[in-house]
Amino acid sequence: MFIRITIPTLLLMVLALVPFVAPGMQVLLTLALAKGIAVMGITVLLRSGQVSFGHALYFAIAAYGGAFTLMLMPGADLIVVFVFGIIAAVLSGIIVGLFVARYRFIFFAMLNLAFSMIFWSILEKFYHYTGGADGMRLPRPTVMWIELERGAYELVMFYLALALALGLGWFSMRWLDSPTGQLFRTIKTNETRLQYLGMSPQRVMLTGYVLSALLCGVGGIIMGLVQGVVTPEYAFWVRSGEMVFIAVLGGAGSVPGALVGAAIYEIVRTYASAFAGDIWQLVLGTFLLIIILFAPGGIAGIYSGVMDRIAGKKEEGE
Amino acid sequence: MNLTLFLLALFDGIAYAALVFIVAVGLTLIFGVMRILNVAHGSLYAMGAYLTASLTTFIVAAGLPPIFAFPCMLVSAVLIGAVIGGPLEWLLLRRIYHKPEVLQLLVTFAIFMILEDVQRLVWGTQPIFQSAALQLLGNVRVFSVNYTVYQLILLPMVAVALLLGLRFFLRRTVAGKLIVATTEDREAAQAIGIDADKVFLLTFIVGAGLAGLGGALASPTTSILPGIGADMIVLSFAVVATAGLGQIEGAALTALLIGLGRSFAVYVWPETQVLVPYLIMVAVLLVRPEGLFGSPAARKI
Repeated sequence: MFIRITIPTLLLMVLALVPFVAPGMQVLLTLALAKGIAVMGITVLLRSGQVSFGHALYFAIAAYGGAFTLMLMPGADLIVVFVFGIIAAVLSGIIVGLFVARYRFIFFAMLNLAFSMIFWSILEKFYHYTGGADGMRLPRPTVMWIELERGAYELVMFYLALALALGLGWFSMRWLDSPTGQLFRTIKTNETRLQYLGMSPQRVMLTGYVLSALLCGVGGIIMGLVQGVVTPEYAFWVRSGEMVFIAVLGGAGSVPGALVGAAIYEIVRTYASAFAGDIWQLVLGTFLLIIILFAPGGIAGIYSGVMDRIAGKKEEGE
Repeated sequence: MNLTLFLLALFDGIAYAALVFIVAVGLTLIFGVMRILNVAHGSLYAMGAYLTASLTTFIVAAGLPPIFAFPCMLVSAVLIGAVIGGPLEWLLLRRIYHKPEVLQLLVTFAIFMILEDVQRLVWGTQPIFQSAALQLLGNVRVFSVNYTVYQLILLPMVAVALLLGLRFFLRRTVAGKLIVATTEDREAAQAIGIDADKVFLLTFIVGAGLAGLGGALASPTTSILPGIGADMIVLSFAVVATAGLGQIEGAALTALLIGLGRSFAVYVWPETQVLVPYLIMVAVLLVRPEGLFGSPAARKI
């Protein structure tokens, strides 16, 4: 058991030191953490056996919510931008969730895709409000009502992203183990039994769905604030596909796997896109097939397999 | 809205509905038989369009008469079905029939990602426009409106012929009956000696070929550019879901409904043209979650 905890702790300490040891990696890792938080949303959904091809919707809604906040309230503080962006994501999560929580599998995946495509085309068509394909700018907000230089701001965003990733990751894992979370996971194993217990699967599904929208929203607003601009590409299916890919890469249903997967993905992409920029989707798709067919546990599965071998004992299930 | 605009919207809607139906019927056929939603269906549509445009351009450049554009469409559809659809089913999908539905969705989604890039590698990102077939047939005048024969007569004719042909194929021919039997109960069908693997392969080839045919027929009417595959899979899913998954005749009516809704939106409030199909879908699914023509499935407990 000891070694299982040592390695993640060491990794975290290295991560926390990155701004001082390897400043070049700082922004890259902030973006990776933002994406990782969003991917946790997909991971949570995967625990109920559902996959969404449209969760970039909430990623984009939060970022656009932040952009609108900064446009309508110039000089708004980081906290205000954050809160409004996330409220936007959660509210839309509730509205869309009320509709899609009734569906499973194919319908669930495709209806989410349809909603994200609708939002994407709204962003593109109503360019008077949304800036069309050029998107909207998110000028650097104040942090606790203090103006910050670019360097200091990026440092704050890095630690904010790290803290949120850990906090929300811990919360998601606790939630999945809570009574509601157990019910949520029962949707995957035996939904009928849930109904026999007198529970409403729709309501349980909605709760999990809103949590996943919240996680995607947090990821989106960090991404928008760090990049300083949000474009309709945030809501495009390619982005949703990327999130699903990372969730499966990290290990279907593993919350820490989502973060590790996102970090690996982002680093590989940064260095590999110079060689494979044109065929990036092709590479992703091929890897997705390989993982599904040959390593369904993803990184989390491989990790616990290796750990088992080191610790020399059997896995206890799940 | 005067008569001219009304007729234009009506004809646009019919032409569009015909195309969407041809693609959607392939999707619903594959789902009906194999219980798999092929997310890569949109890519097959796009590749059918690209292939037709390339072949037609080649033939026109070689000095052959443009009438050969029509055989090109058929050739493209068959190629998409046999050369791409066949191996997909044989090499990949066959491995995942017994896996959870989530994994099946992920696999077809991965194929979709791969094929989107394959298109860009082969045909580039520049829009391609090849309307030889459209121009060849000329225009027809209905009341006060000039409209292309290709879109107003040929496309709906193909769609209707396809609908009747599929009905005939599934209900009157041996191969069709084998497909229906496998759909109804795979184990029972296998027990009486039907080769389910072969039936699945045949169905997938036909379905993929229909996606290719839809793309081939669409190619003269629009410029072909990256992204049409993603649009088409979402739209044809909207049609198929509104009709009820697996419903062939229902898909025809729903395609018409959605096609007309979309084309009237273009003339009344252009910004909403992309939204209307989905609004129709959401409205229908809110009232009837199993679709207009679907019947609620009995649950196994």
